[in-house]
Amino acid sequence: MNSKEITTQISKAADFLNLKKWDYGASFSNDYSVQVDKGEAKQLKASQKQILTIRVWNQSNLVGITTTSDISESGIKKALKQANIASDFGNKNESTEFSPLAKDPIKVKEVKKRNPVGIKKLLTVLREAEVKLLESHESIKSVPYNGLSESFFERVYANSEGAFRSYSKSQAALYLYARAEEKNKKPRSSGSVKLGYGADDIDIESCVKEASSKTISHLNYSSIKTDKYLICFSPESFLTIINAFSSMFNARSIIDGVSLSNKNSIGEKLSTEALNIYDDGLHEKNISSTPFDGEGTPTKRLCLINRGRIENFIHSESTARIFKTTPTGHAGLGSKVSVSPDWIVVEKSDENFDLKTSLDHSTYEGEFVYIEELNAIHAGVRASQGSFSLPFDGWLYKNGKKISIESATVAGDFKYLLKNIVNIESSQEVTTSGISPHIWVDELSITGDA
Amino acid sequence: MLSSQIKSNEIVFGSCNKDLLEDIIFYGIGLGADFVEIFIENTDNSSVLAEEDFITSVSPSFGRGAGIRIFKGKKDGFVSTNDLTKRGLMRSVSQAIEMLDITDNKRELFNGLNKYRDYSLSKKKWINEVPSIHEISEKLLVSTKSLKKNNKIITRKGSYSRNLQEVIIASSDGTYVSDIRLHQTVGLNVIASDAQYRSSGSRRFGSSGMPNEFRLWDHEKAANDVFESSMNMLYADYVDAGQMPVVLANKFGGVIFHEACGHLLETTQIERGTTPFENKLNEKIAHDSVTAIDEGISEGSFGSLSVDDEGMEPEKSVLIKDGILKKFISDRAGELRTGHKRTGSGRRQNYSFAAASRMRNTYIAKGEHSKEDLINSISEGLYCKSMGGGSVGATGQFNFAVEEGYLIKNGKLTSPVKGATLIGEAKEVMPKISMCGNDLELAPGFCGSISGSVNVTVGQPHIKVDSITVGGR
Repeated sequence: MNSKEITTQISKAADFLNLKKWDYGASFSNDYSVQVDKGEAKQLKASQKQILTIRVWNQSNLVGITTTSDISESGIKKALKQANIASDFGNKNESTEFSPLAKDPIKVKEVKKRNPVGIKKLLTVLREAEVKLLESHESIKSVPYNGLSESFFERVYANSEGAFRSYSKSQAALYLYARAEEKNKKPRSSGSVKLGYGADDIDIESCVKEASSKTISHLNYSSIKTDKYLICFSPESFLTIINAFSSMFNARSIIDGVSLSNKNSIGEKLSTEALNIYDDGLHEKNISSTPFDGEGTPTKRLCLINRGRIENFIHSESTARIFKTTPTGHAGLGSKVSVSPDWIVVEKSDENFDLKTSLDHSTYEGEFVYIEELNAIHAGVRASQGSFSLPFDGWLYKNGKKISIESATVAGDFKYLLKNIVNIESSQEVTTSGISPHIWVDELSITGDA
Repeated sequence: MLSSQIKSNEIVFGSCNKDLLEDIIFYGIGLGADFVEIFIENTDNSSVLAEEDFITSVSPSFGRGAGIRIFKGKKDGFVSTNDLTKRGLMRSVSQAIEMLDITDNKRELFNGLNKYRDYSLSKKKWINEVPSIHEISEKLLVSTKSLKKNNKIITRKGSYSRNLQEVIIASSDGTYVSDIRLHQTVGLNVIASDAQYRSSGSRRFGSSGMPNEFRLWDHEKAANDVFESSMNMLYADYVDAGQMPVVLANKFGGVIFHEACGHLLETTQIERGTTPFENKLNEKIAHDSVTAIDEGISEGSFGSLSVDDEGMEPEKSVLIKDGILKKFISDRAGELRTGHKRTGSGRRQNYSFAAASRMRNTYIAKGEHSKEDLINSISEGLYCKSMGGGSVGATGQFNFAVEEGYLIKNGKLTSPVKGATLIGEAKEVMPKISMCGNDLELAPGFCGSISGSVNVTVGQPHIKVDSITVGGR
């Protein structure tokens, strides 16, 4: 059944059940992936998936929902019936409606749709990449985590008032995590991830080079003394921490009482005036972009922090209504509609006179800790309390030399971190989760083994 | 009804699908596969969320699908699909064969499926015995009401989820089984706040194969526990970082063993070359006081199962005996690639994942000491009463958040502390577990890894680690 047929089928079944108001979101995907182990194919995988989520409104305007992978005529009928039953338990305290923007025009990026290159080609490419990575340095003994995949999917949103959106795209991903071993030393591991619209678009060479250089750069390591340090966050690690605390900009989290912000936080000063943060799902560098959210609201660029102050929250339909504003295109379809950011862009604003511009990660000669990558986010972040304690990969720069740090954590409060930003470098870098320059923060606690 | 006499062109749950499954397997073997495995599932799930004094979400879901795995030598190809017709399943087999580039003429023997083992017979009534949405909602609302013990509690949540999974597993070694699995879990969470102070508390409970369990759940005791935890931590200071002895509480304290050591004993880690224990069988890897077990047979435990996702009955595996490494956790691919015998541990989240060697109910066995013995033996250290989540890096380093911690001074528990994380490496920490308590208890959890998220139990008695790095401020 294609998306038009599903819409017709749902409409017919809803009429039969006397359900006047409904909407649905569906996704259909074909995924192919390969993994290798020292030149041999390890696991080759293909999957065909379909997921349909239907919401119905009963006569009391309460909403019920059901999700199914059975997109047959009988599956659709069953899903509508179950959603109807679930609507008896709909949230009486907070109503849900269609997005008022569900029929607005959407911006679809002009991207040529790629065709599958096929498992054999994926395997050949990944084998070659693994060989190159193993040959790049004698200490790299294996590439235990690797994979090359390509996905082709379609997303659909439609409702009983005639809104219909459909969007299809392709995406490919390569990840290579190498393990280096040297005598009388602990094994070290690092890696790289690259995305593209198709497997042919992925920059294999740079993924190999990056995985190799990052792994080798950690071969000589040392413990670090527990203390407070000047920190330079890599673009990737800063985006990790912004995403981990994105509940600060999330209207759903604010209503639920699990955010550091409240309804009156718009305008609150969080950081130096030099800091701007946007959510920009449609950014040209965002390979994973989709033009509409789970409620059919168009995706758009939204300023979250403007010159250090909170400018906007991200919304679904219901949170926007509660906050007396419009949905922002960040909703996920569910019984309780979720809200989440798309793609964070961090920039230096024009008001950047208070920054210590001598702090540049490539030239600064004083002592500082460079945080390359933060780990264990799900365990070490207390978003509702604003605190974090996270292991990281990074280096200590001291006396003009850099040495990899063995097993350490960085801890602090998110608000303290934002308030203590002392420099935002000029040059931005594109990562898989957004764009950011290097960010310098004064006085964060590091726990080490020394 | 002798359903096997009916030739069906689609998998029918609750019926015998022997002929159809044999046709699919014959087809794969005929095309040159060494081994063909078919995993088919039908799910019926629901979840309910209560926030403050309202039900804010009821989410039913259902679905069906198949995962087909073909082995050729040590390579495997896996294809998943929602199409359960004969044509759809054969297409998936063809796709897997094509992926593996099988062209040789060598044909394995397939003598048909063995006698059907039906583990679901006594379980078909479960769907009618589990609590209704109405019953669940009422109890969740009573539970969240119980959390409202003072005005410092600003957020109260109760959540329930029920997963009913019917599976059919057939493979070219003759395996032909079906089973029904039921998992129920309920959790309570609070956030407390007073001026600039904030804390949270949470607890999760879970069972398998016990439709009545949610009705028996003592929500009042659970609410008291969560409330007390959040109040104790509300005004806690940040812990000072450093090396120190720690006592880890029983139940969910076992998450550290699960994450830091248990995963390193799965054959998938040997396949990758990422476990330091690969060549340590029958060697000492832990303190004499440590005996560790992984099993899938404890009645009602969250990680228990009648049969694993490869059709093998789970065994009780003694992983470590008195500090000596005795066994690895293995699945079919693990046995093929590493030589370690299968342990009934082939598990997957659902049909879209190939099974992998995964833990079930994993715990450190009880010792002879009381909790007080352990605490009294420490002059300055940390008591970790409740653990949060954690992770293990590619080189074996682990990091775990302490949700509720107390300083130990001169053998006594003193002030609560927050912000602590435990950092270390399994091979360095295991020899430092010097004392095990006599109060083994288990706790349910979800484990995410190569074959998706599976239900597990972690556990241990109170244990003492002589020295570990504690991250703080």
